[in-house]
Amino acid sequence: MTVLTSVTDPTALTLTVTAQYAAPPAQVWTVFSDPRRLERWWGPPTWPATFVDHDFRPGGRATYYMTGPDGEKAWGWWRFVSLEEPRALTFDDGFADDSGTPNLEMPTAHASVALEPVDEGTLLTIVSRFDSAEDLQKVLGMGMEPGMKQALGQIDDLLAAS
Amino acid sequence: MVVELLDPDTVDRMFAALADRTRRDIVTRVLHHEESVSNLAQRYEMSFAAVQKHVAVLERAGLVTKQVHGRERLVRGNVETVRAAARLLEQYQEIWHGRLDRIDALLAEPTPDRPPAQGGPA
Repeated sequence: MTVLTSVTDPTALTLTVTAQYAAPPAQVWTVFSDPRRLERWWGPPTWPATFVDHDFRPGGRATYYMTGPDGEKAWGWWRFVSLEEPRALTFDDGFADDSGTPNLEMPTAHASVALEPVDEGTLLTIVSRFDSAEDLQKVLGMGMEPGMKQALGQIDDLLAAS
Repeated sequence: MVVELLDPDTVDRMFAALADRTRRDIVTRVLHHEESVSNLAQRYEMSFAAVQKHVAVLERAGLVTKQVHGRERLVRGNVETVRAAARLLEQYQEIWHGRLDRIDALLAEPTPDRPPAQGGPA
């Protein structure tokens, strides 16, 4: 299992996951900077992603679609907010219409990725945040990842303490 | 999915209620210990009536329950409802776990134009 720790905070609406990779940060960086590598992991196997543009610079936008089992397409976008090669990047991701134009009525998720060199390779930390619980609900309600299995994960500290 | 097990109107009310920062803060407090509305009101820079209104929204959403205790009305968090919100985040968590595992598989692949992971550029 790649994932080391994973904490959800239902009141702050954040998800924080750490994972370790046997590759140096510069190499992990390429799974974000190279669209052909990015599309290998962004979508689940049942809904693979294809990036049609990828303007990898601060403020630059990327556009992609995911193709479902029946050939249906779900479009989305990224906006690269900050890039500090090879240690940190932040980006927003959201939904787009069938022409790839961002649908700003739909929720946006804010992701912050840190790549820290460790003896074994790289410690990756991703913090993903929604602006509101309604946004999270909409993202999941859209069936963004129809094939995803249901989580039986841990109940966070907040609930354990109550 | 958990979402489908809940009545959609209940889910809407729950998330509309949790979309507000003050209300999220109230829920967090009363999950640990019940508190009276008047105690809660002292914690926020707003009127008693405003806090009472927030509590009423949370109560309608099933996130808290109110009990009359003598002269006081005690507010207590409803763990089950907050747990339902946590489960939604857990579904989102699974999406990221899948992505991070696929990155691992990708990095483990030897490619002709790229040296293997351990010998790669630092």
